[in-house]
Amino acid sequence: MTQEKTEILKVEGVKAYYQMNYFGVKREVRAVDDITVTMRRNEVYGIAGESSSGKTSFIKVLAAAIRPPLRVIEGTVKYEFKNGPIDVAHASPAEIEAVRWKHLSYIMQGSMSVLNPVRRIGKTFQDFAQRPSGLKGEAFEERVINHLARLKLPPDVLKAYPHELSGGMRQRVTIGLATVCHPEFIIADEPTTALDVVVQKEVLSLIRDIQKEMGASVVFVTHDMSVHANVADRVGIIYAGRLVEEGPTRDMFFAPKHPYTAHLVASLPRIGDTQQRPALDGRPPNLADPPQGCRFHPRCPLAVDKCRKEVPPMEVVGPDHRTACWRWKDVEPLVNVSAPAGVMA
Amino acid sequence: MFSVFRDLVRYNIEFTIGLILVGIMVVFAGLSFFAPMDPSLIYMAPPDQPPSTQYWFGTNSRGQELFWQLSAAFKNSLQFGITVAVLSRIISITVGLAAGYLGGWVDRVLMFVNDIFVAVPIFPILVLFYFVLRNNMDSFTMALILACFGWPFDARLIRSVALGLKHREFTRHAVFAGMSTRKVLVEEHLPYVMPIVFATFMNNMLWSIGMEVTLAVLGFTNINNPTIGTVLYWANSHSAMVVGVWWWLVIPVILIVMTFLGLFLLAMSMNEYIDPRSRLRRMGA
Amino acid sequence: MHSYLWFAGKRLLQLIAVIFFGVSAMFFVTYLSPIDPVEQVLGRLASRSNLSPDAIASTREALTAMFGTDQPMMAQYFNFWMRVLRGDLGASLMAFPTPAMELVMRSMPWTLGLLLTSTFITFVIGNVMGGLAGYFQNNRFFKAFGILAMGLQPIPYYIVAFIILIIFGFLWPVLPISGGFAMDVRPSWTLPFILSVLQHSLLPAFSLVLVGLGGWFIGMRALVSNIVTEDYVTYAELAGVKRNTVVGSYVMRNALVPQITALAMVIGGVFSGTIITEQVFNYPGMGSLLVDAVNAGDYSTVLAVCTVSITAVATAIFIVDMLHPLLDPRVRAE
Repeated sequence: MTQEKTEILKVEGVKAYYQMNYFGVKREVRAVDDITVTMRRNEVYGIAGESSSGKTSFIKVLAAAIRPPLRVIEGTVKYEFKNGPIDVAHASPAEIEAVRWKHLSYIMQGSMSVLNPVRRIGKTFQDFAQRPSGLKGEAFEERVINHLARLKLPPDVLKAYPHELSGGMRQRVTIGLATVCHPEFIIADEPTTALDVVVQKEVLSLIRDIQKEMGASVVFVTHDMSVHANVADRVGIIYAGRLVEEGPTRDMFFAPKHPYTAHLVASLPRIGDTQQRPALDGRPPNLADPPQGCRFHPRCPLAVDKCRKEVPPMEVVGPDHRTACWRWKDVEPLVNVSAPAGVMA
Repeated sequence: MFSVFRDLVRYNIEFTIGLILVGIMVVFAGLSFFAPMDPSLIYMAPPDQPPSTQYWFGTNSRGQELFWQLSAAFKNSLQFGITVAVLSRIISITVGLAAGYLGGWVDRVLMFVNDIFVAVPIFPILVLFYFVLRNNMDSFTMALILACFGWPFDARLIRSVALGLKHREFTRHAVFAGMSTRKVLVEEHLPYVMPIVFATFMNNMLWSIGMEVTLAVLGFTNINNPTIGTVLYWANSHSAMVVGVWWWLVIPVILIVMTFLGLFLLAMSMNEYIDPRSRLRRMGA
Repeated sequence: MHSYLWFAGKRLLQLIAVIFFGVSAMFFVTYLSPIDPVEQVLGRLASRSNLSPDAIASTREALTAMFGTDQPMMAQYFNFWMRVLRGDLGASLMAFPTPAMELVMRSMPWTLGLLLTSTFITFVIGNVMGGLAGYFQNNRFFKAFGILAMGLQPIPYYIVAFIILIIFGFLWPVLPISGGFAMDVRPSWTLPFILSVLQHSLLPAFSLVLVGLGGWFIGMRALVSNIVTEDYVTYAELAGVKRNTVVGSYVMRNALVPQITALAMVIGGVFSGTIITEQVFNYPGMGSLLVDAVNAGDYSTVLAVCTVSITAVATAIFIVDMLHPLLDPRVRAE
């Protein structure tokens, strides 16, 4: 890992809410509530959290992929691309169009449903990537075929319809679709969910390889901590629409500084481990009406009065390591963690 | 059910308009119970009087007051539509639930029959029935025939819902608890398909009344029984438009359009409320 | 290819079954009815001319032989099928001795022409407009169009045709309201004749289109407003795929698949509508023939029209069904 990593993305104080008006009743869901984070060139950043914690909404904001009723209320999402800076939270559709796919690409959740069922894969590649690639006819086709070969896909898949491919192949096709133009920044939403374990591993190493080869940055979301352990350089944990801790993967797993992270890490199964897993009581809070103070306090074993009243600020607790907990000094790993297999350090 | 109704009135303008239109027509048809004369009698009033304060809708060339004539006609036609809708709902619920829940060969056979009924053009068949039955074809016979052809689309719709219900937890519980098939269908599944039944009820009425109008206008029904169609039949046979008795045609046409639009708006808004995906398949029929 | 043949085979079986059951039902309706066709025909004949009792007796004999009403049911049923398969349903009564089938065949092109062109126009306009209305949900023009189409959709064919007849017959007589072509042109493949046919078909076709439009419009709009929320559409839009491609190849193309199925399902109804409309405009098609035949008590012609209607509609449905796998690769694979 080189130290000369320059920043490529700076997210500052971003708030994104779902604002709905359903049968006359107004509802506001604070899916992303004041997140500040920085991402660097040539790194893999993993975002973890439970379902409905707002993690998907957050990376939709990063990907400039939000649609009403989800709206960015506050904050900036600034990229430093090679062709200039852009704040995708406030850019015009035309400006976003200009960086889309060529600089910023997005792998949407669910490989089953993101490909047009009545269009051949080759056509889809043309639709998505021909214009941003700036290539024509055979040159473009050659690029696609070469790229597919790198993903271990035969050129035949271009003639296939999505339903004719297996789940793993489809996922590789969507990765290929997002990376064929060699973007600088790749956003992936649950790229491994719904795949079986063997294929998962394949897809993960693929993402990692492509990222290294192209020197791109990757942000990906998954609730599966073992995937983070395997792929991410840094991990950020989102709870109830807020970033609660972020740090280098190794530190996050060996020395978590937030009780929620400690819990997530502890829930990882390990071979030969018979220790009882401590279960976390309660459910993630309702984002339409989040709890006061630290949002984790109703479920937190360490909660004190202060946690119930005041929102903890992000504190730097180590190199690259930040956490939002009043009692981070008291957080201990819940289980005796030996290095999970394949942690990149 | 009642709160659904209230929500629809409050937030769905189409439903409200439909409700008002149908309401007006039902009240109008209901007035026929208070009619001062038998609507089938002729020459009870001076013929060819234009609408006035005395004869609100005017009188026709047969010396009938159009107001009472039309009131009776709409009562008969609405009654006819309701009869067809009730009968065909019974068939479509039975077939749809049985096919969806039992599956297997029962499903295949029922859907095969269903496809045949969808593919048979109803109008020539109705004319054929009239042709062989002639004056024995009263409105109940016709309602029966139409009911026999009015179920397949909706049976298919109900079947698709029943297919989904079959694998739901509560069905398994009911089956494990030893409920009979009939009981499962009637007590557990029927309530789920009732909204569809209500929405398709309106559509079915539209369709059957439309068919009745068509046959009657051609003179292929009992023309002495006042219905929407026979009113038009008599107007045509007296060349109402040519001799200048325009109200004899224009007023019924306006009322028909109101009725149909009202029923249609009710059906559509209920459909959208139940399932935005459900489509109005009656476009041709 | 193999799976396509399998699909086609299954559909063909269904086609045969529909025709078989439809035509059988027709037979049994006539057989079980309380009215004897022979007596009915005789009654009609007697009321029109002064036949001697001898003539009546011999006609009765001839008719009994023709209808085979003296034979047991199964034999009659079998004979009926033989006649249907031979395309011979006897001589028409109202145009004696022209075979009823010939009358039907003469009127069929008119009905088919009207039906096919108006269905095609309705399908294309209704789906394109409905699709655009579903995609551009806040566009005022499409909203207005939707209200118009929906307002017309529930009105029965007969009433719409009738209103058009009143408008163009009495209020603004610019188009011919009756007949298939003008009296002063001879049927031939000449330009004046073709123009006359087109001119005469305008109003009936227009009224069919008006009624049909709303259904396609509403159906397509509902389909599209669901499809635009599908991931593959959202993803294509995000990726900056060209607007035209998204609307055409992603949205409309997917919505077309169920609409084709719907087309197969409504053909029967549209056919009924066509023959009703024909009758209003005195168009020389099967509808007018059917009504004339009923009024004339022409047994053979009524049966011939019904047989041909059932066969034609079933065949049309079959053809539309055959398009389905060509549009949906997933059906092909099954």
